Amino acid sequence: MAATVGVVVFPGSNCEHDAVEAIEALGGTARIVWHGSADLGGLDAVILPGGFAHGDYLRPGAIARFSPVMEAVGEFARSGGPVVGICNGFQVLTEARLLPGALQKNAGLRFLCREATVRVERTDTALTSGTNVGDQLVLSINHFDGNYLADPETRRRLAEEGMVALRYVGNPNGSMDDIAGICNPEGNVVGLMPHPERACDPLTGGTDGAVLIGSLLASAGVRTSY
Amino acid sequence: MIFEAMVEIRTRPGISDPEGATIESALPRLGFGEVSGVRVGKAIRLSVDAPDEAGARRRLASLCDALLANPVMEDVEITLMAD
Repeated sequence: MAATVGVVVFPGSNCEHDAVEAIEALGGTARIVWHGSADLGGLDAVILPGGFAHGDYLRPGAIARFSPVMEAVGEFARSGGPVVGICNGFQVLTEARLLPGALQKNAGLRFLCREATVRVERTDTALTSGTNVGDQLVLSINHFDGNYLADPETRRRLAEEGMVALRYVGNPNGSMDDIAGICNPEGNVVGLMPHPERACDPLTGGTDGAVLIGSLLASAGVRTSY
Repeated sequence: MIFEAMVEIRTRPGISDPEGATIESALPRLGFGEVSGVRVGKAIRLSVDAPDEAGARRRLASLCDALLANPVMEDVEITLMAD
């Protein structure tokens, strides 16, 4: 049976359909989950998509953290379920403290909307299991608050526990240690600023994201339903 | 007792502040070249019902920690304006 991936929609999310398209094109089943629902029954993985959840008011992800769905996402993650936050979804995961650190404004003065190359640093994660360390992928980035930072203790922990999943080749936004995506120590919760779901069809300029979304479907498939 | 409060949220030194930097870069052209160190933060006014000032401060600090500020990037200053 195909893995079913829940794609959470907050008021202001805008990449949920890109995620649904990518999941279904790769043979998975996608289900939109409204942020007000706390029911993740029947799902094998969860994506928090890009956009501007709750208008990014206060800070990106700050209000979304209190949406009813986030308690269920936390439980799902703690039970080992694959959870991936893309762009605004990554910001939500850090605000919800499911991943450490924070995303500050880009080091330049600009919103960035361009391609970026990332290098795979870790392969035993929900998003990178189908890749090899050192693989380089071209993905689009589309953000103003993508400049990852963490306090010195967290920075040390990221290195010691291998929590950096993806690094930029040519840092676009000032991100600490070129970090493009991180994971929890177990590897089942991953957050990244680039958009793999937008790079799954040659029509949109590239297919380097397909191996990442495909990895998520594989991680979801090897797990029994929640 | 109702306490009127102002919560000022400042980005920590070293944290990217493109809004502040953009304002500062416009100043020389406007004839304010002597102004520097522009940092943009947030000011939130709110009221809190608490038995006393210490209680109001405790609740506001807890609110800042839970929602209003991100401790990785921001510092807060709480000012109470009791009447």
